[in-house]
Amino acid sequence: MSTPTAEHPHAIVTSHAKVKRSTKSSWAGLGVAVPLVIFMAAIPYIVERGLQSQLVTLFSLIVLATMWNLLAGYGGMVSVGQQAYIGIGAYGLVYLADTVGLDPFLAVPVSVIIAGILSIPISFLAFRLVGGYFAIGTWVIAEVVKQITTQIDALGAGVGLSLTSLNDLSPGRRIAYVYWLSLAAVVIAVGVTYFLMRSRLGLGFTAIRDDQTAASSLGVRVTHSKRFVFVVSAMGCALAGGMIAANTLRITPDSIYSVNFSAFMIFMVIIGGIGTIEGPIVGAIVFFALQQWLSDLGTWYLVIIGVLAIVITLFLPRGLWGLISGNGRIRLFPVGYRLVNPIERFGLHPQAAEKD
Amino acid sequence: MQWLNAVIQGVLLGGLYALLAAGLSLMFGVMRIVNLAHGVLAMLAAYLGYVVVNNMGLPWFVAVIVVVPLMALVGFILQWGLFNRALSKGGLAPLLVAFGLAVVLAQLLQEFFTADTRSIKIGSIGTDSIQISDDIYIGVFPLVTFIVGVLVIAGVQIFLNRAPLGRAMRAASDDPDTVKLMGIDNRQVYALSTALALATVGLAGIFIGTKTQFSPTYGDLVLIFAFEAVIIGGLGSLWGTLVGGIILGVSQAIGSQINPSYGLLIGNLVFLAILAFRPQGLLPKAVTT
Repeated sequence: MSTPTAEHPHAIVTSHAKVKRSTKSSWAGLGVAVPLVIFMAAIPYIVERGLQSQLVTLFSLIVLATMWNLLAGYGGMVSVGQQAYIGIGAYGLVYLADTVGLDPFLAVPVSVIIAGILSIPISFLAFRLVGGYFAIGTWVIAEVVKQITTQIDALGAGVGLSLTSLNDLSPGRRIAYVYWLSLAAVVIAVGVTYFLMRSRLGLGFTAIRDDQTAASSLGVRVTHSKRFVFVVSAMGCALAGGMIAANTLRITPDSIYSVNFSAFMIFMVIIGGIGTIEGPIVGAIVFFALQQWLSDLGTWYLVIIGVLAIVITLFLPRGLWGLISGNGRIRLFPVGYRLVNPIERFGLHPQAAEKD
Repeated sequence: MQWLNAVIQGVLLGGLYALLAAGLSLMFGVMRIVNLAHGVLAMLAAYLGYVVVNNMGLPWFVAVIVVVPLMALVGFILQWGLFNRALSKGGLAPLLVAFGLAVVLAQLLQEFFTADTRSIKIGSIGTDSIQISDDIYIGVFPLVTFIVGVLVIAGVQIFLNRAPLGRAMRAASDDPDTVKLMGIDNRQVYALSTALALATVGLAGIFIGTKTQFSPTYGDLVLIFAFEAVIIGGLGSLWGTLVGGIILGVSQAIGSQINPSYGLLIGNLVFLAILAFRPQGLLPKAVTT
């Protein structure tokens, strides 16, 4: 905490200064984002089904990256087990829609809520571990969820399930509906993260990141905040799982509970820039592009992306978005507070007064 | 009687898990690095052993002589070139770098050795067994594995307690800044610690590569077993890790006895139960590492 100004601007600030949250770039960002979402919503009328299906894959990656970043970038929790919730979301959709007979587009939010509820007891187990051991602990929990799934015959045991209840729709309609669902999922995931980080919770996380003990002594409910983010992230991953199942129409325990999802999430967030809202989106797009571009290379693509992630961790910790934005000068999603005062106007210490 | 047999086999399996876990425990103890690449590095050792024994036709013990120092060298280089740099970045960097390394190495192993399962040849000793009673047999190889596991745990513990370098490792763990004032180069101590850790990983990799059919993704299970042994036993205690390994091994053996597909699940559930009811582990900090 370099200055106390963010929380208590009136304490030391003179009458020339004021606190701003939005920036020119953030207004520009809003000006681009709204038309962009409207344009993306019109995509099913413009492009063919194969491309829409690919965009659904990209959208699921954006949701996953955003959720992993919420957990690690803001909450400091490196999870290698978010595939547990991807699987719960996917199996929830297929089971509720095909066996229980729920409308598939209602089954998605219901399984998201189920995943959120299940993640609460899980968090009590996982939170007994910290740091790297937390990471492996979440992985073990994901393995247990997978192993339990393979023991349940109603869920297709080791063979998996096919989603059939969308077959009533014509293929064009089906993919368009799934596309809109996925676009909405991206808007929700990014929107929820943005508003969470602008809220009191986000400020608390900034304090936890800087000094957990100090934050705790100032009344930030550290464990409570972390658990809240853990549950939100689980729900977001379940949403992505539902998107994946609705897009591929077939799930198996080995594919939907694959630890590769965690690898993808981590790489996307590192490459894009951890701890920002823009970074995971950039990372997901770059990852998706590399995946398509390097698809002829077989498993080599993951080697290349992995090496890239290691290099970025060591030499470019703010990721590609840090590079694009000039280390945070451009903000499309302003979650921080900026002190606009005479010193900054004269450009003497533009960074010193900033805090996000 | 078959239950007693399951328990005995489980205890022997526990020795292997303790052997697997020693390196993970050591790296965390000295540098606070949780090496997510631990399992994949054990698979690297298994493949190196496979090349020495199955491809080059050399005797099994030669694999140990060749692979263990080679893995120690890999450890030194990794720490010097990668992890020391990541440690200096602080925060999540060491964990993320270790994870990246795990994925990259697993993919490379898959590229060079394919995803086919393999096993290191050992000859008749692999199937020999000692008859204890009418229906209890102890395999010679599992017994040797168990003894090696116990010896490695004891050896590392004595090394940390007695040897000058072991003392330096403990000191670097307790207070890196003061250690620097004493004229010790932390980075070098760290590199030697990882070298030692990966030497045990090399040994563990050869034993597990001989015992089971392995593939590049088997490293995931190795990491999980090692981690569970460490947590069940209690952080910071190598003897606890041995106890943790044995409890995990017995749980899995009993689970498999109930139903062949339950082994891994029961092992994981026992781990989660201990995490829920005794999160400090069974022998926490009995001996500091």
